[in-house]
Amino acid sequence: MEKLVVKDLHKSYGSHEVLKGISLKAKAGDVISIIGSSGSGKSTFLRCINFLEKPNAGSISLSGVDISLQKNKQGELIPSDQKQLQAMRSKLAMVFQHFNLWGHMTVLENVIEAPIHVLGLSRDEAIARAEKYLRKVGLDAQAQAKYPAHMSGGQQQRVAIARALAMEPEVMLFDEPTSALDPELVGEVLKVMQTLAEEGRTMIVVTHEMSFARNVSNHVMFLHKGLVEEEGHPDEVFGNTKSERLKAFLSGSLK
Amino acid sequence: MFLDGFGPIILDGAWVTLELAVMSLLVSFVIGLGGAGAKLSSNPLLKGIATLYTTLIRGVPDLVLMLLIFYSLQIGMNHLTEWQGLEQINLNPFVSGVFTLGFIYGAYFTETFRGAFLSVPKGQIEAGIAYGMSGWQTFSRIQFPQVMRFALPGISNNWQVMLKATALVSIIGLSDVVKASIDAGKSSYKVFFFTVVAGAIYLILTSVSSLVLMWLERRYSTGVREAEL
Repeated sequence: MEKLVVKDLHKSYGSHEVLKGISLKAKAGDVISIIGSSGSGKSTFLRCINFLEKPNAGSISLSGVDISLQKNKQGELIPSDQKQLQAMRSKLAMVFQHFNLWGHMTVLENVIEAPIHVLGLSRDEAIARAEKYLRKVGLDAQAQAKYPAHMSGGQQQRVAIARALAMEPEVMLFDEPTSALDPELVGEVLKVMQTLAEEGRTMIVVTHEMSFARNVSNHVMFLHKGLVEEEGHPDEVFGNTKSERLKAFLSGSLK
Repeated sequence: MFLDGFGPIILDGAWVTLELAVMSLLVSFVIGLGGAGAKLSSNPLLKGIATLYTTLIRGVPDLVLMLLIFYSLQIGMNHLTEWQGLEQINLNPFVSGVFTLGFIYGAYFTETFRGAFLSVPKGQIEAGIAYGMSGWQTFSRIQFPQVMRFALPGISNNWQVMLKATALVSIIGLSDVVKASIDAGKSSYKVFFFTVVAGAIYLILTSVSSLVLMWLERRYSTGVREAEL
């Protein structure tokens, strides 16, 4: 069954059209990597999926339910039902490039915050969940009382992944999760993401890590100037590249 | 005898000063939050009103505003009661003092909060929204605690200035610590002594409150500085 279906998404900033009709289908367990140079619209596309950016046209459905949309005065699509939007967002946990852990909360507080206040879990249930997922991302009990500012980028991003997992989401959205990390910290985050992929979690990953796209994902989309230039299974996309632009992109990034 | 027998009226005055300052703080805090929200909103009308308010209030001396607002409150009330054919209601000087000070210092709090709102990284709020929090949850659980951290140094400063500005209410007839000291000084012919007493009371109030504020600043800085709590 399709978990997430995005149809013909368009997005403009003023007269500049950054997304010119992008579609995506994710079945349960799919790991879709979105690659492309900066300015190709890949992050904007991901942020339109949970309406952090408002698309101008297109449709989105999650687990078979269409998100009801209406146009605002600027001609952008906004969800007409705030409750449905919030429920949808809680099923689409996002991991950000700059982690965006809440700075005034400890690691544990960060992970239990949304399960308690959005999903309505009891504090005890949320703590049990948080401990489970913090262990999964390789953080021990001592880390729970720390504040994000006192941790390395790699640790912060793993906390952010635990925070996303604690929502037990339908689909996880990763927005360049390793781009803000020091090179030696990238590996620990990618390893966690690989484990999640192997568990069969549905993931949409905007990334510059070609090794991840090639080895972990089962579908790759290459975006260029707001359009899907090439997509398919990674073996096909990387092994038998058709588009010239993707060839040029890969020769620049695969060294 | 304690302060030549003027001790009780001076203590009463000090209490009025403190009450006035705390109540005005509450009023200006609320106005400041609202004002900052208005200044940062995309609504041009709200933005315009808030900008006019902060420009006007911060550009005119407190004393002048105090006289203007205090008397215009009463005149406005008189117009209202006359128009409704009611008897004149005399405004309680304490309540008018609170609203006048709160209204003036609300402008300074608006600027303090505006800066603090802008200091919270956008990603913090985005993370709240992306996890399905409502607007109110995002504000109260994510944004506000972090706004407070950035606003507290400014709030401390405003509080100290406002506490001292309460002295101006003695001109509108409130028996605060200044009025009590002047009365005591005149009656005992020890004007200088009682003025020093009034000054000392302000010094005590500001010193004690700065300790409280330092504690609050530490509390809201958790997660930024190494555990100091």
